[in-house]
Amino acid sequence: MTDTRLQTRHVPDRLQGRAYRTFRSWEALLLAVAVAIFIVNSFASPYFLSAWNLSDATFNFTEKAMIAFAMALLIISGEIDLSVASIIALASTAMGLALQYAAGTPELVIIGLTVGLLCGAFNAVFVTILGLPSIVVTIGTMSLFRGISFIILGDDAFRGYPASFSWFGQGYIYWVFTVEMLLFLIIAIIYFVLLHKTNFGRAVYAIGNNPTGALFSGIRVQRVKFILFLLTGLMSGVAAVCLTSRLGSTRPSIATGMELEVVTMVVLGGVNILGGSGSIPGVVIAAFVMGLVTFGLGLLNVPGIVMSIFIGLLLIGVIALPRLWTMAAARRVT
Amino acid sequence: MSVLKRLVTSVALAGAMLGTPALAQDDVRIALVVKALGIGFFEAAAEGAEEAAAELGNVEIIYTGPTDTTAEGQIEVINALIAQQVDAIAISANDTDALVPALKRAMQRGITVISWDSGVAPEGRQLHLNPSSNSLIGNMIIKLAADHLPEGGDVAVLSATTTSTNQNIWIEEMNKVMGNYPGINVVSTVYGDDLADKSYREATGLMQSFPDLDAIIAPTSVGIVAAAQAVVDAGKVGEVNVTGLGLPSEMAGAIESGASQSFAIWNPIDLGYSATMLAYELSQNGVEVAPGAEIPMGRMGALTLDENNEGAMADPFVYDASNIDQFKSIF
Repeated sequence: MTDTRLQTRHVPDRLQGRAYRTFRSWEALLLAVAVAIFIVNSFASPYFLSAWNLSDATFNFTEKAMIAFAMALLIISGEIDLSVASIIALASTAMGLALQYAAGTPELVIIGLTVGLLCGAFNAVFVTILGLPSIVVTIGTMSLFRGISFIILGDDAFRGYPASFSWFGQGYIYWVFTVEMLLFLIIAIIYFVLLHKTNFGRAVYAIGNNPTGALFSGIRVQRVKFILFLLTGLMSGVAAVCLTSRLGSTRPSIATGMELEVVTMVVLGGVNILGGSGSIPGVVIAAFVMGLVTFGLGLLNVPGIVMSIFIGLLLIGVIALPRLWTMAAARRVT
Repeated sequence: MSVLKRLVTSVALAGAMLGTPALAQDDVRIALVVKALGIGFFEAAAEGAEEAAAELGNVEIIYTGPTDTTAEGQIEVINALIAQQVDAIAISANDTDALVPALKRAMQRGITVISWDSGVAPEGRQLHLNPSSNSLIGNMIIKLAADHLPEGGDVAVLSATTTSTNQNIWIEEMNKVMGNYPGINVVSTVYGDDLADKSYREATGLMQSFPDLDAIIAPTSVGIVAAAQAVVDAGKVGEVNVTGLGLPSEMAGAIESGASQSFAIWNPIDLGYSATMLAYELSQNGVEVAPGAEIPMGRMGALTLDENNEGAMADPFVYDASNIDQFKSIF
């Protein structure tokens, strides 16, 4: 009698319910911030709530976000790639070079993506096969890749991309919806499935939390990391195609400093910089937050310097607030 | 919940603190877009723009620009200005080509676009205002060095970045007239990226690589100050003369110490003033832009356009010990 009664008793496998956890999650907090920023912007500037203006504003983050998704996986696995902006420069230079030999739009895209992949593979070889720390390797390749662009281009610029090539960075699918937005959405979905719905994604988390444990569990740690570097390189190639198409020209200084904005976006999205945790929805919302903040402040003609201070404060604030709250809660209990 | 509430409040507060600008819709809004904020030269140009605005009466100046000297940063600024439907954009560009698609879009939406100081490719603007003619500047920077080297000597160039439109054209023009200055050899060209610390290291490196160096020509306001400091620190005042283009306020110390005998610059106040006047003429008075046209720009006279719709404002002006005190407080 007592045995059956014990069996029917509900034993919770979690301390809180699913809805409660979702509500208290990082993504919920970030979403609240995004909504708040949207509302504040709407009141602060009469020009904010316009479909075309909001469409223009998405260019502030779409290219960076494409890389940020791949970077999120890489950071969750405990590695980092600081050479992404330089990969853009090199991929864009390679496309410009191909243009001199009368390459058409399909060839240009293939070359851009291939160079991105090759750069990713180059990083991956040093990190996974030689076992060097990724931060050191990619700081090195950050100078290397851009250096090659500077050698090829020097003071010059490649221009005269075919009109059909401008579709990627300047084209519209329907009304105000740009090609870049569509790419952003597709890539977000692909990475969401990859990280949250596949064995590969579970392996990424496992490696980030405990690489040794993951190895002994039968996960091919180095191979997973190799693939992650390839993906980051590939996404940099995609971003290079979009950015080059949008600018309509290539200079070796293209995308300077973008790597830090990408990392900021990933960290703001709730990815633990030390690896092991994070989610793709978080990065998507973080991309919107950063895009809305920069565009909103731009509408108010806030100087760029003040804007970077604000982004910095936002990053520190959003990261510090939950920690402070936990500390305050802990003190209340004791 | 309290976290969210607190967060929303703080974000709202931050937004409120940034202030809502008084949007006087009747005013003509002219945006002065610079390469990056926090550069003395552009601050002075903004002062000139305000002077023009005061003279015109109904003009509001929006002085803006990115944090770093990147084309991507300027495109974000341009997008924000298009969204605000400003009347005119007067821009000093970080990249001649990359800004063209964004500026074309601005023109399609009825915004007057002119470039000044550092130009945009012709299809991305209506006209370009050069502070001076490039050939005059190229000649001036080498003349400044040669004037103090009657016996001839070795000089080196400390430029901004390898992609800086201005500096590259001036150095090119300088090379064209080198024949007029016999005995003057340019031994090296280095790039300080318009960063004080990098320029300083490059200047120090030049003096180490070429012990007999007689002059450093820095056609950039950041580089010239750093080079003068490097000369002072190396104890080479009197041996190495630093010259080129700089701001009087930043170069006053170098003139006093003797690290620099003289340098040149146009007046950025006049430049900002003229750019504003031109933008106003184009957007409000319907002035036709065509090669050969003469467009009035207030107290600076008129701008005559060449076949590329470009025009030169004035000759560069030489500053030395005789006039530095008068100008150092201005800009």
